[in-house]
Amino acid sequence: MDYVFDFSFLESFRSEIISGVRLTILLTVVSILPGFALGTACAVGRLYGPRWLQTAVTIYIEAIRNTPLIIQVFWLFFGLAVLGARIGPFNAAVIALVINTGAYSAEIMRAGFQAIPKGQLEAANCLAMTRRQIFWSIQLPQAAELVYPALVSQFILMMLATSIMSQISVEELTGVGYQVQSITFRGFDVYLVIAVLYLALATMLRLCLHGAAQLAFTRLRKLRTPL
Amino acid sequence: MLGVSIDQYGFLVQGAFWTIVLSLMGFVGGTIVGLPVALARISRGWFLCRVSSAYVQFVQGIPLPVIMFVVYFGVSIYGFDVNALVAAAIAMTLYSSAYLGEIWKGCIQAVPKTQWEAGECLALTSVQRFIYVILPQALRIAVPPTVGFLVQIVKNTSYSVVIGFFDLTYSAKILNNATFKPFVIFTAAALIYFAICFPLSRYARRFELRLHRRNA
Repeated sequence: MDYVFDFSFLESFRSEIISGVRLTILLTVVSILPGFALGTACAVGRLYGPRWLQTAVTIYIEAIRNTPLIIQVFWLFFGLAVLGARIGPFNAAVIALVINTGAYSAEIMRAGFQAIPKGQLEAANCLAMTRRQIFWSIQLPQAAELVYPALVSQFILMMLATSIMSQISVEELTGVGYQVQSITFRGFDVYLVIAVLYLALATMLRLCLHGAAQLAFTRLRKLRTPL
Repeated sequence: MLGVSIDQYGFLVQGAFWTIVLSLMGFVGGTIVGLPVALARISRGWFLCRVSSAYVQFVQGIPLPVIMFVVYFGVSIYGFDVNALVAAAIAMTLYSSAYLGEIWKGCIQAVPKTQWEAGECLALTSVQRFIYVILPQALRIAVPPTVGFLVQIVKNTSYSVVIGFFDLTYSAKILNNATFKPFVIFTAAALIYFAICFPLSRYARRFELRLHRRNA
């Protein structure tokens, strides 16, 4: 076996690779918060909403969780184009990611809401807190703190899933890799580098999200114990 | 039907067949590689433990399409004629072995410690202990998450479209290019995926509930 690696493309395609990394980060960062908000809203709707809302949310969650992201992306991108709504590939990618992550984080947050000890809610009732106060200052922070490790994993999976967005011509890291590969014919070398970059991105995202959790959850920061 | 001919729906079904074939190959390969990974993850030797943990972290930190590309181009540099099915199957094996190894590690660890101790008191060797005492209990715990992960495998075979493997997603893409009826075609493809995945999800959830009831 005398395969000679050739990483000279790193020099000549530097700006393309950097812009690919940027786009991957941008897609991730833009989609995380709306996805989480949508997921939380769906979890609340499924747990406490009226009957019709519960059914609607369940259908949404099951439909998204049982079909591949790539089909959802194609459906949105090509489907909306036929309807005459040209939203552009980047927007289609972000919308698909938000809808997809929303369904997954809804299930995670639902588990979080259900895991809050009953005594917490009873205590809040005894303090004459309103329904709204109980939700914002008792339920939401505790639920989020209980499940944030699962949320972190989910967001990292979402970052990795952005890699198929090149299928609708959003040239993120994987798409850039394909371009470089088709010019240099060094597919193996190129994708090894891309893989390493994704590993680095995943590690960075994990660190950032855990850091954000430390900032967001005062109790966790001060006591350093699991809830 | 809705501007798409019966033949064209047949084309989708043909793609779905290859999706199922690839899923099965990924699951079987993932089981063969994943079981040693799970055992290595719980082993006491630090070398096995480190190596398997690094393997899992690596695979879980790289997107599946990129794994597909690395395998696809990697196999070709060895001078083999690259078949997209072979490359996709190897990539699915790598991917599912990492996740299954991690899932099964959790299942083995979920067996109460007293079971190990009881086995030791009965003078069983560590292999006997594992096979006769721990494994049967761990298997029962492992069924729901494993079936749940099957859903992930089926869905993620769709990423093999990047290396041009003919599966359900690929056939839908071709049909869309030919007919330009994206709503009909991608809805049909989504329904086929749903028909494969939803029963698995339901089954996993029911099994989990039954397990909880028994333990409660």
